[in-house]
Amino acid sequence: MTELLSFPFMQRALLAALLTGLIAPAIGVYVVQRRLSLLGDGLGHVAIAGVGLALLTGSAPIPIAVVVCIVGAVVVELLRQLGKATGDVGLAILFYGGLAAGVLMSGIAGAGAGALSQYLFGSLTTVTAADLRLVAVLAVVVLVPALGLAPQLFAVCTDEQHARTLGLPVRFYNVLIVVLAAITVSMAMRTVGLLLVSALMVIPVAAAQNLVRGFYATLVCAMAVGALVAVGGAVGSYYADAAPGALIVVLAIAVFALSWPVSALVRRRRVVVELPVDPAAALDGAVTHVVAENTHPHRHDHGCGHQALRHGDHTDYVHEGHRHAAHADHYDEH
Amino acid sequence: MFLTDGAPGGTATTRPVLQAQDLSVELGGLPVLRGVDLMVRPGEVVALLGGNGSGKSTLVRALLGLVPPSRGSVELFGTPLRRFRSWGDVGYVPQRSTASLAGAKVREVVASGRLAHRRPFVPPRAADRAAVAHALAAVDLTDRAGDDLAVLSGGQQQRVLIARALATAPRLLVLDEPTAGVDLAHQEVLTAVLADLVAAGTAVLVVLHDVGGLGALVDRGVVLREGRVALDGPLATLGARLHAAHGGEHHEPEPLDPHWLDGTVNR
Repeated sequence: MTELLSFPFMQRALLAALLTGLIAPAIGVYVVQRRLSLLGDGLGHVAIAGVGLALLTGSAPIPIAVVVCIVGAVVVELLRQLGKATGDVGLAILFYGGLAAGVLMSGIAGAGAGALSQYLFGSLTTVTAADLRLVAVLAVVVLVPALGLAPQLFAVCTDEQHARTLGLPVRFYNVLIVVLAAITVSMAMRTVGLLLVSALMVIPVAAAQNLVRGFYATLVCAMAVGALVAVGGAVGSYYADAAPGALIVVLAIAVFALSWPVSALVRRRRVVVELPVDPAAALDGAVTHVVAENTHPHRHDHGCGHQALRHGDHTDYVHEGHRHAAHADHYDEH
Repeated sequence: MFLTDGAPGGTATTRPVLQAQDLSVELGGLPVLRGVDLMVRPGEVVALLGGNGSGKSTLVRALLGLVPPSRGSVELFGTPLRRFRSWGDVGYVPQRSTASLAGAKVREVVASGRLAHRRPFVPPRAADRAAVAHALAAVDLTDRAGDDLAVLSGGQQQRVLIARALATAPRLLVLDEPTAGVDLAHQEVLTAVLADLVAAGTAVLVVLHDVGGLGALVDRGVVLREGRVALDGPLATLGARLHAAHGGEHHEPEPLDPHWLDGTVNR
């Protein structure tokens, strides 16, 4: 590990990976909440046009990609707000138009598809000091509103109509979210690449939703997962001589896969289904009092593994197809 | 400018919290609301009634600026809707199905009701936290504050949305079918919550498919029919009329009889 850190290119690679891993889920959590999980993928295609333009004009690719991607994102959002993008055909045309334009322009520039591929799949080890400075600045630009405006963005993403009756500038916040997503996608093209950045926006969020409860906990947990897999993938790619972007995404999916059984365990303990009280049963004064016949090796509680049902003022537990309700020292059949 | 209607109590001199005049709305080129006049006074509970497709939900959405009017005007607390900024005075409880709230805790959703009073980048203050706790207690969900909304029953989710509006501490509460799909026990909780609010002076505009358990609270009913106000008056005088309307829901609406309604008709 110390040997790894002694290489300046590796220091830059790890820092760039860490920043990407923190930022992508921070904006991804809003994108997922708005059910636009594939937005990042589309914006990645638009950013390719920016890279092509940069190759054609001989300028630095990241700034051009940021600008082109922001323009594309704002167009998409305004079309959505005007209700013109209800079909996804318009989005598809925009996104694949971006991809085609990028490939065409890089071809005209004489760079060919090879020059594009380092942006499509990332090339962590070629990150320059100038790249890293730009990535750091963009990270701050994304992180400050993504965290500072978290309550406002949460309200807009969960219930846009209600957010408008709170007097929030909903249109502005919606544009802000896609602009931040566009910046994130563009800055991630050196680390995980434009084709895989969307995965880093979405998968850590999905894993975090399995691991913790609540929006803010999901936000923090997703950033932790993102940072972990990004740095882990960068380190792993050095030792395994693998493509870092792909390894980062595979690690993210592994964390998501591991989070699945955790969520199943957590849910079983937490979910208490509410059972409507049958008013007819309450009216019938002499309700049958049936004592459960099974002798119990355990007491029913939240951890016993039997499905809990809230039943009026008490909790029943489903036991071999019967509902057991605690009564003095035994269980009644309900 | 006020319309003379039959509301009792002599509150007509106070400025209305909500007033719509000649409000028309078109959706997709089709007229949904046609020349609606509506007024809610401070502390008044107005029920918006009518069958499916009568324009009830569109009306409340237009009153809150969520749907642009094609004609007419809306004033909230005496300010035209376009210039209205005091959103902390308004609480809105949308229909439960419109929000995508899974993945959020009850407390987080309710806390978003405070955003009308909070500034960006400023953390919540003690008053914000107290208002959230109070709103949760009012709907009897304090012990579910840490639960994901997805694990709550429909009636409980409805109460979360009401708590979110209560957290705003509004002077006008607008509810869109709060009793739809909610069982009787939850409706009783809801009625008690609204009764407390009304006692504290909050004005309420509530869309109802049928009057149900909330009837005792309602001062005045406004019946919409095909986008127009068909009846407007104290609920008691509407009662028999409503039964007739319910019985004949799928038939042609009966012609209105002004004598029968004893001067409570606006249109």
